[in-house]
Amino acid sequence: MLELANVEVVYNEVILVLRGLSIEVPDGQIVALLGANGAGKTTSLRAISGLLGPHEGVITKGSITYDGKKLNDLKPSDIVESGITQVMEGRRIFKDLTVDENLVTGGFTVKDKARTKASYDRVMDLFPRLAERRKGIAGYLSGGEQQMLAIGRALMAEPKLLILDEPSLGLAPKLIEQIRDIIVDINKQGVSVLLIEQNAMMALSIANYGYVMETGKIVMDGDAKKLLADDDVKEFYLGLHGDDSEKKSFRDVKHYKRRKRWAS
Amino acid sequence: MSTSQSKRRISNGAAFMIAVFVPITIFLIVQLFSDPAVFLTTILKSLAMGSTYAIIALGFVLIFKATEVVNFSQGALAMIGALFISFLVADETIPIVPWWSEGNLVPIRNPIYDLGLPSWMAWGLSFIVALFFAALIGLFLERVAIRPMIGQPLFSVAVITLGLEISLRVLANDSAKLKLRNTNTPWSGKGFNIGDNFLYWSFFAAMIAAAISVVAVFLFYRSKLGIAMRAVARDQEAAMAQGIPIGRVFAIAWGAGAALAAVGGLFATEPPIKQTGAVDAETSLVAFRALPAVILGGLDSVQGAILGGLIVGSAEIFAGQYLSGYTSVLGAGYPLVIPYVVMIIGLIVKPYGLFGTEEIRRV
Ligand SMILES: Nc1ncnc2c1ncn2[C@@H]1O[C@H](COP(=O)(O)OP(=O)(O)OP(=O)(O)O)[C@@H](O)[C@H]1O
Ligand SMILES: [Mg+2]
Repeated sequence: MLELANVEVVYNEVILVLRGLSIEVPDGQIVALLGANGAGKTTSLRAISGLLGPHEGVITKGSITYDGKKLNDLKPSDIVESGITQVMEGRRIFKDLTVDENLVTGGFTVKDKARTKASYDRVMDLFPRLAERRKGIAGYLSGGEQQMLAIGRALMAEPKLLILDEPSLGLAPKLIEQIRDIIVDINKQGVSVLLIEQNAMMALSIANYGYVMETGKIVMDGDAKKLLADDDVKEFYLGLHGDDSEKKSFRDVKHYKRRKRWAS
Repeated sequence: MSTSQSKRRISNGAAFMIAVFVPITIFLIVQLFSDPAVFLTTILKSLAMGSTYAIIALGFVLIFKATEVVNFSQGALAMIGALFISFLVADETIPIVPWWSEGNLVPIRNPIYDLGLPSWMAWGLSFIVALFFAALIGLFLERVAIRPMIGQPLFSVAVITLGLEISLRVLANDSAKLKLRNTNTPWSGKGFNIGDNFLYWSFFAAMIAAAISVVAVFLFYRSKLGIAMRAVARDQEAAMAQGIPIGRVFAIAWGAGAALAAVGGLFATEPPIKQTGAVDAETSLVAFRALPAVILGGLDSVQGAILGGLIVGSAEIFAGQYLSGYTSVLGAGYPLVIPYVVMIIGLIVKPYGLFGTEEIRRV
């Protein structure tokens, strides 16, 4: 199980972005982490994967543990070796490498050739489109194929927990469905998933549990089904609110409704 | 209609190239027929010069591709590498100053020369050991001077490498001064004649060394570690997310770059670059002579390093051979300026180098 407890992250020594974030990802589950732009979702993932360094960020408080092992001060390579792999926001495939070579980078931490071969076959099974373009330069793949490659590359590291940062971003509805089904497949093979999404409907439809985050901390959490039925979530994330075009914060919505309720 | 029009349109760059290359080609054809032996010798000499430049250029490219740093200490690394070779094969000793000897040199005899091998084999083994030491120096420099600078502006890192160049060169000069430091290659000073023209075996040794280096680099870039290195070059953070230890990748690039510099340094002591077969203060200059080759080829391209090296090397040798009648006008050192002239012409036509990636060159 992955556990974040009261995590605080500061960028450039002054910008406090995570303000006591606490989430849990139990083994075998899909957990969705939702939130508006700038809520700090990507920052949370950087904290988990040890990737704050290149962004001048540090964890100033709290702890991140995986199966009881503290990850706070580990190097990214150690974290990957502990079984956590991240599919970064914006896919970030290596564009001038071939599809196969991208997959090799994903399997860098696995020393056993037979296991690498098994992972490779599994990826090719999961993504027949990639199999067709194995020797092709990754930069020429379509957006959807690049996302598949990014996920396949992450699977090459044999993760026990797969973290995905907005995998549906910029994809057509049909492809989003495909990616969603693939995430379910991967989960069925025994991999836990932490899924970040703007597309709350998609995320909650496959998740066991969901968190809603705003300005660096969790403002709501619960069973995915419950969240999906929740009026506030519906209104703000699923775009089902009727009245205004003006963008409101999730808390504003809540506050406003609460006041209305009190008033009546 | 529109396609035929665009076909007929010739860019300024292409026109410029034609204006430069057509007269040169005509001139060369005339020379070929007027004295084939001289022409052939000049070609072979060019290939040797180009090969040496290409080896040095490969070292630059290897380090640049991984770290995006132009390593200005490549010349000092070449000199130190050549010195190591010299220590191991000329003195047949490894000079060290242990802490107990109060600053006195306590040379360790190179055990390879006691194995009773044929001398060329002993030389070859010692050469490989020297490359290994040179690579260690590269690893060491990366660890102490470059690794702490990861994430800092690349310009600052480049300036640090310039500082390394100067300090290392001072150190190397001090040790080289002790006596004439010979590299004692098995082919040293030997060769054969074509007509009246003497051809050194070192020409061919340089070509073979360049070919081996190029193949080795190509194979390396196809290995798991090499692929990881290219990934690091493309996107450091994404590479880290795959669990690639970028510090170790940097170190390996520096180690390999230093070993290539050492090979280049060896050939910088021999014809066509130098007649003496000895390491001296000038050995480190070979990197600055090869720099136009790297920039012309494109800083991040293996093919570019080879082609750039060959073009620049040939231009230098051909100009030296056929323009020597104009020395009074051009000045005695004019062949050394030719690489830079060629580079500038090349950059006018292709601002990012022949094979350079535009995206990267913005740095
Ligand atoms: N390297 C950085 N230095 C300073 N501030 C940063 C840095 N990276 C992110 N931030 C700030 O941290 C906050 C959270 O950013 P983050 O990228 O984690 O949000 P997000 O929830 O992933 O948003 P999005 O949905 O747009 O991807 C933002 O206000 C952002 O400006
Ligand atoms: Mg984000």
